[in-house]
Amino acid sequence: MGGSNKTPGAKQASRRRFLIDMAKSACGVGLLGGGLSLYAKQAGALPPLAIRPPGALAEPDFQGACIRCGLCVRDCPYNILELAKPEQRVATGTPYFVARNLPCEMCEDIPCVKACPTGALDHALTDINKSKMGLAVLVDHETCLNFLGLRCDVCYRICPLIDKAITLDPLHNPRTGKHAMLLPTVHSDQCTGCGKCEKACVLEEAAIKVYPIKLAKGELGHHYRLGWEEKRKAGKSLIDDQNIIDLPDRMPGPEDGK
Amino acid sequence: MNTRTIGAEAIAEKGWFGSHKWLILRRVSQLSILALFMLGPLAGLWLVKGNLTYSLTLDILPLTDPYVLLQSLLTGHIPEKLGLIGVAIILAFYFLAGGRVYCSWVCPVNLVTDGAAWMRGRLGIKGGAQLSRNLRYWVLAMTLVVAGASGTIAWELINPVSMLHRGLIFGLGTAWAIVLAVFLLDLFVSQKAWCGHVCPVGAFYSLLGKWSQLRVSAVKRDACNDCMDCFAVCPEPQVIRPALKGAKQNIGPVILSPNCTNCGRCIDVCSKDVFRFGLRASNKAG
Repeated sequence: MGGSNKTPGAKQASRRRFLIDMAKSACGVGLLGGGLSLYAKQAGALPPLAIRPPGALAEPDFQGACIRCGLCVRDCPYNILELAKPEQRVATGTPYFVARNLPCEMCEDIPCVKACPTGALDHALTDINKSKMGLAVLVDHETCLNFLGLRCDVCYRICPLIDKAITLDPLHNPRTGKHAMLLPTVHSDQCTGCGKCEKACVLEEAAIKVYPIKLAKGELGHHYRLGWEEKRKAGKSLIDDQNIIDLPDRMPGPEDGK
Repeated sequence: MNTRTIGAEAIAEKGWFGSHKWLILRRVSQLSILALFMLGPLAGLWLVKGNLTYSLTLDILPLTDPYVLLQSLLTGHIPEKLGLIGVAIILAFYFLAGGRVYCSWVCPVNLVTDGAAWMRGRLGIKGGAQLSRNLRYWVLAMTLVVAGASGTIAWELINPVSMLHRGLIFGLGTAWAIVLAVFLLDLFVSQKAWCGHVCPVGAFYSLLGKWSQLRVSAVKRDACNDCMDCFAVCPEPQVIRPALKGAKQNIGPVILSPNCTNCGRCIDVCSKDVFRFGLRASNKAG
């Protein structure tokens, strides 16, 4: 469209139309982009019961790395993975599993990670026992049968890292006064988050569940020091016993309560 | 309604098959690619695994969608080796064969929008919202900016193209609603709206095929009898004029616009056999 042989009026009109078209496109697409960004932000939150496959990058990174090809789904020999459908609360097209339905079987050769073409499932993970899909938490102390003093032990027995990721820790049973309770205790340094314990829990609703590590773990203040460990490291107490001021202990006496 | 059907002269001249050759080939291509992907989940025959964003054929040939991978790169992630080999193969292929060959020979949404265009003709629906042909490049830029800014491949959350293909293979869920929305958009809101105006995947492949070698050429443009059937049938009619009518200005006869999808419908529909597939290099004015 050569503008040279047009009248100044026509030239102005066509420039005007061009600018209006530009503004229309820019505003329309800008709105769409704004909506998409907000939706992407919401979709960034993974629901607690959806667990990513082994080796998955941290959730924000994972959503930039996973191209939703489904190769991990195909190469999982137990068919536990699925790609999220648009109506599900997991980011559309990304892989996940729900432990209570089907837990990870922890294949030694980790085929799902090998199949990933982008490294959204980190290829540096070569030992499945080192994977951190989540962390099992005994969430309900009121219904867990072992807490009620029974010997259910199913989560402990099914654990692929029995006596490492889950141990049974004895505690006095205050209800009977003469028995022990053997409490399933998860150790976060060993637990892979495979979800077998959650799947196996005999209750109607599992008392032990796998959660994303961020939800499941507490974190000590970084300035905290554990006195007994500092003592062990130093080989002696860090407190100078000689100069400690011993305040008089205040005993409750007959004068109290006046 | 139209008093004459598009391509009636061509059918009279070349017969029905002769005037639908490229359309049939294109449908065969689209459906067999889809079938290859679906043989695994439906029949347990795993020739191809994955979907159009990334696939592994016969456990050896990786193919990666460059548009999705570009968005992933913009979020700051570097893919593994197989993903990179796959993208190199795809880039090389479409760079030579024409980027939008993806749109007309591979993409499953083309079946949907062609269906909408056909029904639009049957129902005699005319007019509708005016969209700019450049809108798609704005949408493309937006998806890249959002990917970089949000750190997630955001467009894949709503992309009807990958949703339909992935859905057919891995389970559709409510993705049908989004595909239906595209169909209704093309049927009622605006003609050829999705593929020709909005879709950023097509915009990306347009840019990729800017210098592609395989092109449609109006070699016998002197024989053109101005029936306008090629303009009526073309999904991107603006690409034809310079090549078909450019003899006086010493332009053409090869269609050089990267928006041309190499669908070959103009070849089918022309009773004078003006068009045929050729190479970009054969573009001598004459």
